[in-house]
Amino acid sequence: MTTSLLPGVESEFRRAVPRVRFCSLRVYCRRDESLAVRQDVPEPLYRSENVGAMITVFDRGGMGYAATSDITPEGLRRAIQRAVEWARLTAGRCVVDSDLIAMPEPTGEYQGPDKVPWTSSSLRDKLDLLMEQSRRLKAADAIVDWAAGLWHSEIETLYLTGGGGRVHQSFHLTGPSLRATAARGARSQTRTFGGHAFCQQGGLEVLETFGFGSAAERISAEALQLLDAPDCPQGRMDLLLAPDQMVLQIHESIGHPLEMDRILGDERNFAGTSFVTLDMLGNYRYGSDLLNVAFDPTRPEQLASYGWDDEGARAQKVYLIRNGLLLRAMGGVISQTRSGRSGTANSRADTWNRPPIDRMANLNLEPGAGTLEDMIASVERGVYMETNNSWSIDDSRNKFQFGCEFGRLIEDGELKGVVKNPNYRGISAVFWRSLRAVGDASTMKVMGTPNCGKGEPNQIMFVAHASPACLFSDVEVFGGA
Amino acid sequence: MQDAFFELADDLMRRIGAGEVLLAGFSGERSDFVRFNRALVRQAGSVEQRWLRLELIRGMRHASGACVLTGSAETDRARAADVLAQLRQCVDSVPEDPYLMYNAQPRNTHQVRPSALPESRAIAEAVLSAGAGTDLVGILACGEVLAGFANSLGQRNWFQTASFHIDWCLYHAGDKAVKTTFAGDRWDDTAFQRTAAAAREQLAMVALPPKNIPPGRYRAYLAPAALREIMSLLCWGGFSVKAHRTMTSSLVRMTAEQVRLAPSVTLREHGASGLVPLFYSGGYVRPPVVAIIEKGQFRQALCSPRSAKEYGLEPNGPEYPQALEMDGGDLPSSETLQALDTGVYIGNLWYLNYSDRPACRITGMTRFATFWVEHGRIVAPINVMRFDDTIYRMLGEKLARLTSECELLPDNDTYGGRSTDYMRLPGALVEEISFTL
Repeated sequence: MTTSLLPGVESEFRRAVPRVRFCSLRVYCRRDESLAVRQDVPEPLYRSENVGAMITVFDRGGMGYAATSDITPEGLRRAIQRAVEWARLTAGRCVVDSDLIAMPEPTGEYQGPDKVPWTSSSLRDKLDLLMEQSRRLKAADAIVDWAAGLWHSEIETLYLTGGGGRVHQSFHLTGPSLRATAARGARSQTRTFGGHAFCQQGGLEVLETFGFGSAAERISAEALQLLDAPDCPQGRMDLLLAPDQMVLQIHESIGHPLEMDRILGDERNFAGTSFVTLDMLGNYRYGSDLLNVAFDPTRPEQLASYGWDDEGARAQKVYLIRNGLLLRAMGGVISQTRSGRSGTANSRADTWNRPPIDRMANLNLEPGAGTLEDMIASVERGVYMETNNSWSIDDSRNKFQFGCEFGRLIEDGELKGVVKNPNYRGISAVFWRSLRAVGDASTMKVMGTPNCGKGEPNQIMFVAHASPACLFSDVEVFGGA
Repeated sequence: MQDAFFELADDLMRRIGAGEVLLAGFSGERSDFVRFNRALVRQAGSVEQRWLRLELIRGMRHASGACVLTGSAETDRARAADVLAQLRQCVDSVPEDPYLMYNAQPRNTHQVRPSALPESRAIAEAVLSAGAGTDLVGILACGEVLAGFANSLGQRNWFQTASFHIDWCLYHAGDKAVKTTFAGDRWDDTAFQRTAAAAREQLAMVALPPKNIPPGRYRAYLAPAALREIMSLLCWGGFSVKAHRTMTSSLVRMTAEQVRLAPSVTLREHGASGLVPLFYSGGYVRPPVVAIIEKGQFRQALCSPRSAKEYGLEPNGPEYPQALEMDGGDLPSSETLQALDTGVYIGNLWYLNYSDRPACRITGMTRFATFWVEHGRIVAPINVMRFDDTIYRMLGEKLARLTSECELLPDNDTYGGRSTDYMRLPGALVEEISFTL
């Protein structure tokens, strides 16, 4: 349905471009399917098709948008008129004079990977696969709830500008999930397949990338282990984080603080501000010398890879933190104009009916030199934690508390027993300075965060993080009640 | 949009075959959004969207699909027919669903809330005027929200409301700010000016030199907006029958071990409040009230049609509260500072999550107007603090009093579309809350 609509929308836009300083059309088409089997019973199949368009107009210093699911010629003309009205109404009253913004006029095509198409496997085969995983999750009577799932999204976007810009991009996103809950009385422990983080661009090959077919028994066994495990000890000690917890740590305490719209104050009423200020760029020590973080939308399989952002800026890899030093923040063309600072191609909208805002895309922590075994061997007393299950951080992105599903003690350089309810607290501004070892490429995983909430009106965006395992010193860890 | 949806539904119902049942849901909005920063406009625009959701049932097999509608009858008929054809193909490939349940006894409802809204631009002007000379940041959302349901058994339901919601902060500096909400379905400029003036007055208090408090246990007052954050976290599986039956509910100790909250805690889902649609999934109509917790004791979990079939219960609504109301207590709101005496006045909380879900131990941050109070008088705003404590202490053994007045707190969420959910909550005076960082 989607592709066939685009030529008509494009020709209508070209005919109807108003006489304004800048006008763009962003068409967004998305097809989703989600499948799940819970307790060996298939959950209802759900499919959706989402198609709509946003018109953006800059004129006389003002800015306005109009989004509509009516992409007929009449609908587009009404949206253009409405966007022009908003631009005129806001002229002279915007946080930035839109006349000063040099919007890109890009042209190009981008197509993400899709080696094993979602449709290459029938619905019945996919349900059979999930049924098999579900049955394997139910390893004991104490497993009281269990489920296996798959989701897939196919996204196609067309970005046109009144000045002749045209970018066409298409993406396939796939994510598998497994969950097992073990319970005894009112106490339960849940183990999952990487939380929500095991998702990438691509088709069904993503399942193999994450080892979906061989994980069910381990997840179930670990849920049962946790049920009998002691609570995580309390105290200050070394903390070794697996990549599926590093995803969250990077996301919350590097990603969000470095989004320029937060630094500029746009998010203070909702998602919050940032402890980072513009004057810190180029001279602030964010972490130890081992910390190297890049905005990298060019790694094809990663969830938030693209050729251009939603305001037409060409995506390229840029270091944000190098050897622990903060170099730049993440801001799209508008934020760069407002701040006078260089940024990144990260102006993104979650769908056609929300305007682009500054978003992290792929924000990756670069690998170091140590193997996982090296890092464990270097720890006298500490805890190893896997898979995020709780996240909380203040509105400046400083004081945080995160929890994981699964922990193991490390004593005298060796992994020891399993501990439940592993949590830790810290302050972003000092936490990253306690980074004392970064795992090598063998410990690296490329993961995604499919549901990051931000913006007013609210948006849920997929972002992504690649990270090795990392070791931190002198962190406050603790267990459950 | 009501006529267009029902005409489309009629067309679809004519397309179903023998032995098929079709459920059709509609959601839509015509909204204007104006986003502010530094008392200027950051983004301004309009959103018009219409969604159709279909569920095709054949025996015990079913499949669901959704598509966006354009508003053009001819185009929408074609799109809907396309979705229906896809579902018909899917139904053959899915196994029978033992938990399929839908309402087979048609109940029509019609809710159209009267409103009198000015143009969004006029409200935006009022906000900008009220914020002149201050550091105002926030959003205006304004317009119509619509929902509908139809099925091949002849049921028709419609819900339509038009409202505005202004959610804004006045910032002093850094993270010190006063958060304010003004919402309704008719504009009252005098009331808005009064609310805006009160926010400016509070700004003077957050401008006082801030105080750092060390970790420890403190007597505290949770304003209704702060209590809402706690309730929002509990909504995350706390009241769901499925979560209780699978031992994953954060309140599982209340049902499995009969642990109680304080006797003053009574919570209900008020489906008949008129503020939310009466109908929900499967074409069911909500009961007027579901008593979830009464006098501190867990009474009834929220039960979706699917869970009802699985556990042999009667459905009573979505398993996530949409109209959560809590009884007030005996503390006049005007006396909260005196009753607090010395401790922390918490205006807002932020980013709550579980430290230990089965124990309902939760953590989160103070935010915005949160003050240190001595002898019933505000002394200083406090720098943000993390709390980490259990619900069984905060709303159980350590709950001192609830305010007699309850505040209507419309949900300002706009994920996907504008929410019509709300909570109506009192403030809570707590003997001690544990602050950790």
